[in-house]
Amino acid sequence: MSDGGKRILLTGNYAAAYAARDADPDVVSAYPITPQTPVIEKIADFIASGELNAKFVRVESEHSAMAALIGAASAGARTYTATSSQGLFYMYEVVWWAAGARLPIVMGIVTRALGPPWNIWSEHSDFYAIRDSGWNMFFASSAQEVYDLTLISYGVSENPDVLLPSAVGWDAFEVSHTYEPVHVLGREEASKILPPKGAWKPPLTPEDPSSLGNLAYPEEYAEVRRTLREASEKALGVFREVATRYSRITGRNYAGLYECYRCVDADALIIGMGSIIGEVYRAVDLLRERGERVGALKLWVYRPFPYEEVARRLENVKLVVTVARASVFGSLSPLGLDVASAITLGGLDVKLVDYAAGVGGVDVYAEDVVGMYEKAKASRSGGFWWVR
Amino acid sequence: MSHKAFPREEYILKGHAACPGCGATLLLRHVLKALGPNTYLVIPACCTSVIAGPHPRSAFKVPVLHIAFAASAAAASGMVEALEKLGKPANVVVWAGDGGTVDIGLQALSGAAERGHNLIYICYDNEAYMNTGIQKSGSTPYKAWTTTTPTGNLSVKKDVPSIMVAHRVPYVATINPAYVNDLYYKLRKAAQIKGGLKYIHAFSPCPVGWRYDSSLTVKVARLAVETGVWVLYEVENGMFSLTGPSKALVDKSKRKPVAEYLRLQGRFSHLKEEDIAEIQRLVDEQWERIAEILREQEKG
Ligand SMILES: Cc1ncc(C[n+]2csc(CCOP(=O)(O)OP(=O)(O)O)c2C)c(N)n1
Ligand code: SF4
Repeated sequence: MSDGGKRILLTGNYAAAYAARDADPDVVSAYPITPQTPVIEKIADFIASGELNAKFVRVESEHSAMAALIGAASAGARTYTATSSQGLFYMYEVVWWAAGARLPIVMGIVTRALGPPWNIWSEHSDFYAIRDSGWNMFFASSAQEVYDLTLISYGVSENPDVLLPSAVGWDAFEVSHTYEPVHVLGREEASKILPPKGAWKPPLTPEDPSSLGNLAYPEEYAEVRRTLREASEKALGVFREVATRYSRITGRNYAGLYECYRCVDADALIIGMGSIIGEVYRAVDLLRERGERVGALKLWVYRPFPYEEVARRLENVKLVVTVARASVFGSLSPLGLDVASAITLGGLDVKLVDYAAGVGGVDVYAEDVVGMYEKAKASRSGGFWWVR
Repeated sequence: MSHKAFPREEYILKGHAACPGCGATLLLRHVLKALGPNTYLVIPACCTSVIAGPHPRSAFKVPVLHIAFAASAAAASGMVEALEKLGKPANVVVWAGDGGTVDIGLQALSGAAERGHNLIYICYDNEAYMNTGIQKSGSTPYKAWTTTTPTGNLSVKKDVPSIMVAHRVPYVATINPAYVNDLYYKLRKAAQIKGGLKYIHAFSPCPVGWRYDSSLTVKVARLAVETGVWVLYEVENGMFSLTGPSKALVDKSKRKPVAEYLRLQGRFSHLKEEDIAEIQRLVDEQWERIAEILREQEKG
């Protein structure tokens, strides 16, 4: 059954499940954790109703969920899972294994704060924590983006030049549990932009026995990791390609790697990811009303980080404010660090002020963002601050 | 089965990195012969991940997924499901050490057993963490020396085969490299049983960790059975039966004294008379339990 390009009311989590359905995975495995649970419940429904013909491995832990997909993908299966917070950290060891073994697994990360104390609300510290593992990492700020980026992920991951797993992040509750109208392609339409099943060669077959992940001496290890890095660099171009193809069918275009809001003539930019960006856009409107030439930039692609593309956007900018939803200690936020790198590598003279905001699900309003901007503007040098 | 019936084909090639006299490698050689080329191996961190030889080559002539220490049973679960979905039937075999089975991997093993995935899980039990240099595992025998139990281990060996029986998996068996006929029979049987996890616990002498001369592996293995320290059995759908030479050993008089087995190994060289007597008592107790199980089954 296909929804044939319908618009339906979906939460972010259901949008992920619909995308997984339309990607037609062979094996799904997951372990429940708030706020990810509705994703896997919906997938279980799809399988039960026959809408999705996939094997569902109901594992006893997240470590096993990722391990099961590693086993499945190494035999050639298309796979999907989703998790959050402690679940991702319990999975962490095998998250690296999936990337190192070059397996095109796709995973949703419903971002949630880490304990202690226990907190089920949104924060991106879990998402950021896997940034050096080799996974492609995308971030969605609406249910529609969850759907679109999940489908695009399969095109990036399964490209033979890339063959790396992809993670799509979205905020707990603000996106995961909020209903929005979502344009859903259905299996048939989706298959037009997805790579054909079996387009990549399974690493393990009895016909051509080989070994995945055995001991490598330093030279060989370094070589394997270097090729992984090259693949990761290629992922940016492949993402653009897949996103362009996707836009021809859907009209929604992610090929720019980020969305820029009122930034054509901006001399200051606020950069963020996820649901906070709505309030950031509102702050930009408020500041524009006052005559401030401010714009905002919402990142869709976080790894590989689009350094050049971001630097190019910052060429005529004097101030950058990064707003990262993360607990950070003794350092800039991961997002702040990446933007600082883009500035340095681009040889730009831009003041950077980095904020950790919205930690543990604290609401961030446009007025807060206006305050951050004003404080940043008034400060004589760059820096980093924790707000609320 | 006569030895002529053993396949000539070798699936462990020259250039592997096992120590001379490695019981695990001997076992794996026969396991692969028994199962044939349409077999995937899933191997967590352990001696065998080194024995396989370095990237980009492999000394094993079957597809191998090397995986993180705790993850082997779950990875095999996913692999079984994938092969079924893709219509490519094959044997999926986890080959894991005792540390990777009775300790860190037990959760994943329990999960896979409970879910009934059609895979063969083999624990080769060398009774310590050998790859990291002979540290105590949950499978280290009472009083055995290891580098983390320098005065002898005080816990008794965790009985994971019984834990698997309690999971009601269709087949649980033990094997030993000194009894290769028994090994072939059990592996082939395990491969034929569909719909469930087949658990095989293998006695795996390790000259390096057990401190004996590498020429003695088969002798040590045989003595383990003859003294009753290691019991050859199978449990099919809950029905327990002794196999091979263990069949005769319920009769205590047929069992050699455990001292004969212990004496060969440096890891037991510090034992006092009373330690040996205690170990003998533990072995005898184990056989009383077996006799009890057999009597209960007889009654129906
Ligand atoms: C999570 C994790 N912890 C620790 C290790 C280190 N480690 C690698 S192999 C090994 C010992 C394996 O012992 P066992 O399973 O008994 O197999 P053996 O080496 O004896 O063949 C250990 C502790 C690891 N690889 N991963
Ligand atoms: S240490 Fe023991 S188990 Fe490991 S390879 Fe050597 S003999 Fe085999």
